Amino acid sequence: MARAIVQITDVTKHYRMGSEVVRALDGITLSFEQGSFWAIMGPSGSGKSTLLNILGCLDRPTSGKYILASKDVAQLDDDELSDIRLKHIGFIFQSFNLIPQLTVRQNVELPLFYLGNDEQTSAEKARKTLDLVELSDRLDHKPTELSGGQQQRVAIARSLANDPDFILADEPTGNLDTATGQQIMDLLGALNRQGKTILMVTHEKEIAEHAGHSLHMRDGKIESIRGGT
Amino acid sequence: MDSTKIVRNIRLGIKDLMLHKLRSFLTALGMVFGVGSVIAMLAVGEGASKQALEQIHKLGSNNIIINSMKPVEQATYDKEAARLSMYGLLYEDEIRIRESLDTVKRTVPARMMRKDARLGERNMELRLVCTTPGWFELVKRRLVAGRVIAQRDMIKSAPVCVLTEHGARRLLATQHSIGENIKIGGVFYEVIGIIISEVGGTSIQVPDQEIDAYIPITVSIERYGEATYDHTSGSRSMELVELHAILVEVESLEQVEPSAAAIRAMLKRFHKKEDYKVSVPLTLLNQAKETKRTFNIVLGSIAGISLLVGGIGIMNIMLASVTERTREIGIRRAIGAKKRQIVLQFLTETLVLSLAGGLIGTLFGIGIPKIITSLSGMPTVIPGYGILLSLGISISIGIIFGIYPAMRAADLDPIEALRHE
Repeated sequence: MARAIVQITDVTKHYRMGSEVVRALDGITLSFEQGSFWAIMGPSGSGKSTLLNILGCLDRPTSGKYILASKDVAQLDDDELSDIRLKHIGFIFQSFNLIPQLTVRQNVELPLFYLGNDEQTSAEKARKTLDLVELSDRLDHKPTELSGGQQQRVAIARSLANDPDFILADEPTGNLDTATGQQIMDLLGALNRQGKTILMVTHEKEIAEHAGHSLHMRDGKIESIRGGT
Repeated sequence: MDSTKIVRNIRLGIKDLMLHKLRSFLTALGMVFGVGSVIAMLAVGEGASKQALEQIHKLGSNNIIINSMKPVEQATYDKEAARLSMYGLLYEDEIRIRESLDTVKRTVPARMMRKDARLGERNMELRLVCTTPGWFELVKRRLVAGRVIAQRDMIKSAPVCVLTEHGARRLLATQHSIGENIKIGGVFYEVIGIIISEVGGTSIQVPDQEIDAYIPITVSIERYGEATYDHTSGSRSMELVELHAILVEVESLEQVEPSAAAIRAMLKRFHKKEDYKVSVPLTLLNQAKETKRTFNIVLGSIAGISLLVGGIGIMNIMLASVTERTREIGIRRAIGAKKRQIVLQFLTETLVLSLAGGLIGTLFGIGIPKIITSLSGMPTVIPGYGILLSLGISISIGIIFGIYPAMRAADLDPIEALRHE
């Protein structure tokens, strides 16, 4: 069995809404192995976004352990979390989230710069990564000059730029038509076959079928797990 | 952080600002006016003090000027005294000052009288300055033609006079012809020289005026008597004055103040009333400096307020920009940017904005004084440190007013920021 890349143990996340405490996550224990492709599913309000934020180190759990890169990231401060996001996690969003005033290449270069690469290395790596998503001929275009599918491919390239431990995809096909969505899923599938770990939040069954494993959430708990541990 | 990253940050900052050219320009305008007024203010202040200094050099920094002054009227019922009073400096004052103070290098007595001058059809009212050759050495003025009064004119009591350019133009209708005989107060004088006119009218009084004509003091005593009857217009009283002014030159700058004090003490002992005034150009210099300081404080606070307004304008726009770019900030944070990298990004933009404004302002600040000079003739000097100061101010304003918006950007919750539409 492959090495567990992410290990969360008894993670809870509570929000205070007025006088009520909302248990967005209520004791989740999970592990994801290297090279696996997971679909995280569930109705809205089930806690899957909260789980995604915690997995993405954008938020800290109220209690529990989150082991990533052999560190308990639940205990880290803001700077250290930023560092984890930079080195270990690649984000793909539903609305692509490219920075509109930057070109395709500059968008992909962003994480490379934050990691401290010099201009030449960054440009080189960005071009190579954009080659993977077959967009190296659009280097100096602005995101708005690209189609939705192309924009999402740029976003995927950006998420791959720093060679992260896993890719966190939040409804990656939500803003795309079926055909384009299919292309994006094919791309993610290909990346997974090359060994990338992908955790994807979706509510579409057909999309979830691309993943080898899926877990269903309801009311902050794991309802069912299919095809994995 | 190495320099290439700083350069990259600045380049990206400029790029972001160029996305809103008009907005950036209007924002920087506040800095343009603020910095421009700082430099213009400095230039006007420096110019004024340079002008004051030149004036004082005209008076001579080693000189002390003593003028006769009508003492403050005391309530008196003596009708005779009311009609004829004698006041002012005496011939013996000059001798006493010259002989009893060893720091004194030279003294120059002067009597001044208003006289009508006439040559043929032309006439004008002159101020006749009756003095010694020393005058021309203490009050240095360029000679246009001829020569000034010499010692031999004094001894011979020669009826000769020196005119100013102004007087020559009015009386001789030329500025260069000498040798004419003009009639001043009923006496004929030969014009032996013409000197340039002093255009006065500034805060510090120079001893000479453009309507002066100079004659040997010995001649004046022979022709007009030892004392001058001054008649104050609108009053029936007559005043008798021996000397109107004594110019004193001392050996060195350090001796000016002590000598002035000694002269004051001496005059006080021999004069019952305070019918004289001792002025020291050096003191005037210090007064001029004081005036300049006050001037600078006033203008400085105005410039300070415009800089403050400029800074607040920048802060306002940066806050708007942070709100506008909330999503971008969220994306950057998700990708892995640390808070301080976000701070740096926005601070760089503010600095670019304020420095650009500062640089344009500097150009304005250099241009405005030139316009002032060409319009009003007021001298202006742009001090070198002004440029450095304005750059320093621009950077400080950028940091002071940029840090808050930048911190606000960095403190945004990445999750909230990503959701922002």
